[in-house]
Amino acid sequence: MRLLTHNMLASNARGAVTGYPLKLQAVKWSTKEVEPNPYFLRGILPKLDWPALVAATHALGLPELLPEAPPTDAELSAEGAAEEEGSALRCLHRALLEIHIEEGTLVCPDTERCFPISRGVPNMLLHEDEVRN
Amino acid sequence: MWYLCVFYHRLLDYRRPEVQSLAELFGGPGAGDAVEWRMPENHHADSPFHLVRLPGDESLAAQIANRSLLVKGIYELWGHGATYEELEKAVREYPEERKLPYLTPESTFKIVVDSFGKVISFPEQNEIIKSLTYIPFKGRVNLKKPDHKFFVMETDDYGCNNGLPPVVQRTTFFGREVGAADRHLLPTYQLKSRKYIGPTAMDAEMAFLMANQGLARPGKLVYDPFVGTGSILVAAAHFGAMTMGADIDIRVVRDGRGPDCNIWSNFEQYKLPEPLCVLRADNNVPPWRPGLKEIFDAIICDPPYGVRAGGRKSGGRKLIKGTVAPYTVPDEKRDSHIPSTAPYSLAECVHDLLHLAARMLVMGGRLVFFFPVVREDGVTNLAKYPEHPCFKLIATCEQILSMRYSRVLLTMVKVGPYTEVVEKAAQERHREFRENHHKWMEEGNLHSAVFSPAAGQAADGKPFIDRDSKPKYRGKYV
Repeated sequence: MRLLTHNMLASNARGAVTGYPLKLQAVKWSTKEVEPNPYFLRGILPKLDWPALVAATHALGLPELLPEAPPTDAELSAEGAAEEEGSALRCLHRALLEIHIEEGTLVCPDTERCFPISRGVPNMLLHEDEVRN
Repeated sequence: MWYLCVFYHRLLDYRRPEVQSLAELFGGPGAGDAVEWRMPENHHADSPFHLVRLPGDESLAAQIANRSLLVKGIYELWGHGATYEELEKAVREYPEERKLPYLTPESTFKIVVDSFGKVISFPEQNEIIKSLTYIPFKGRVNLKKPDHKFFVMETDDYGCNNGLPPVVQRTTFFGREVGAADRHLLPTYQLKSRKYIGPTAMDAEMAFLMANQGLARPGKLVYDPFVGTGSILVAAAHFGAMTMGADIDIRVVRDGRGPDCNIWSNFEQYKLPEPLCVLRADNNVPPWRPGLKEIFDAIICDPPYGVRAGGRKSGGRKLIKGTVAPYTVPDEKRDSHIPSTAPYSLAECVHDLLHLAARMLVMGGRLVFFFPVVREDGVTNLAKYPEHPCFKLIATCEQILSMRYSRVLLTMVKVGPYTEVVEKAAQERHREFRENHHKWMEEGNLHSAVFSPAAGQAADGKPFIDRDSKPKYRGKYV
């Protein structure tokens, strides 16, 4: 599971108010190399919940990876940003698309319901008694 | 500019929409609608020869042809006629300034003789090529890698009983190839050599057509809510799109058939970037955070419509049926509990899909999915396709699967924003489905329509089959 997915998910179990953001408890994570695409990143940036993404990187023990404020469009469009190690674009790319949580748990902030992540696949399916009517 | 567009004679309904989608993909917004079509005189609508007017210059036509699966070739038509004499006259009249740049002494060329519905022997082909001396070819022949490829194509009056569209009059075309489909993809991606497939894995050719309808390309995010073994996402990833998928069955998405035979291994097999995420989730109770919308560029899927695979949704089948009183899973059993799921009617599944797409697609994004249609007496019933205020239906492509049913590939474009009114209406409908679960499971039960004995059965139980010894024109069966 990439942090992009973490940024999109919430708990929808009965009793959850917003069910978001899910607390990330990673047991094992790895890095998967993905071709950076500045066009994709510029498009996805306004859709992200930035504080939740930053919190997720902190939960993984990477407090330096992302700044408190989201990068500007100019930073992402800067010439050579895709190649330059440590550029705002590369850091965003790494945080969003290259960190892959293999084993861990997503915890609902309202109900403490745990959604397990195993072999990279988060299991968001509810038990039958948790479905809201 | 007008071109001659020659198709492979298969999946007839899919041919024009594919070209239009690719025009939109390479030519930008509106280019798909700008495409115009004409049939050559006296040609049946199912003929593989079409005349097409494409916006932009020749490079657009080449891009479309090269990416497509069903375009055999797009040609600059230099002339056509009922006879070779008429053809000569037409080619001679074609403007010199259009012809001469491709006939220069320093270029190489090749002439191919092709036909539809008939075979032309090698000696005959040579005769035809020799008869073209009225075209002033100055370049050298190169059969392996020519700069310019010229095609002579003819279709003859081959009679009407060989299963091909009837021909009224023989036509001969001469044209210069601008681009052609790369069908080498298909043997590479064919399902029989793919490691991990399931009973409803999407055939490679169809998956590529779906990815084309969804305008998959680098920088775009494609989502399949019924991902299964990932066969649709493989096609989207081949065209460079980022992919995400979800499925309610964890055995399929997580376990597969072992560490080297699962969704991920399918992407590895073709050296494609793996999906950004595969999650286990229920489309009926989607796990998206509040406020999230307009994030996918395309949703491409084959929903479970209950013929080969039935849909499931969360909620517990006994709970929904009302045969057990509401219960709570004991805390000590929660970790190992396997959630009970209930059957998912097609109507509800499609409703949820449209709602998901309305919310999660960007404006102008595409929803591409199969919808089943019942046939009676071998004729497709005029179907009412699903509708949604946010979507415009732009293509319907039928594929006949049996005497009893077809599936139609629907392509929809998001044209209206996702508003509170739309959201409220969807919630209302969601409740209605949940409260009348039974009624919806009975109505539109496709499984019985497809598998129940046909009315035309003989008394001894053997199916009544109309065996006509002459091959008839089979239209969309191809």
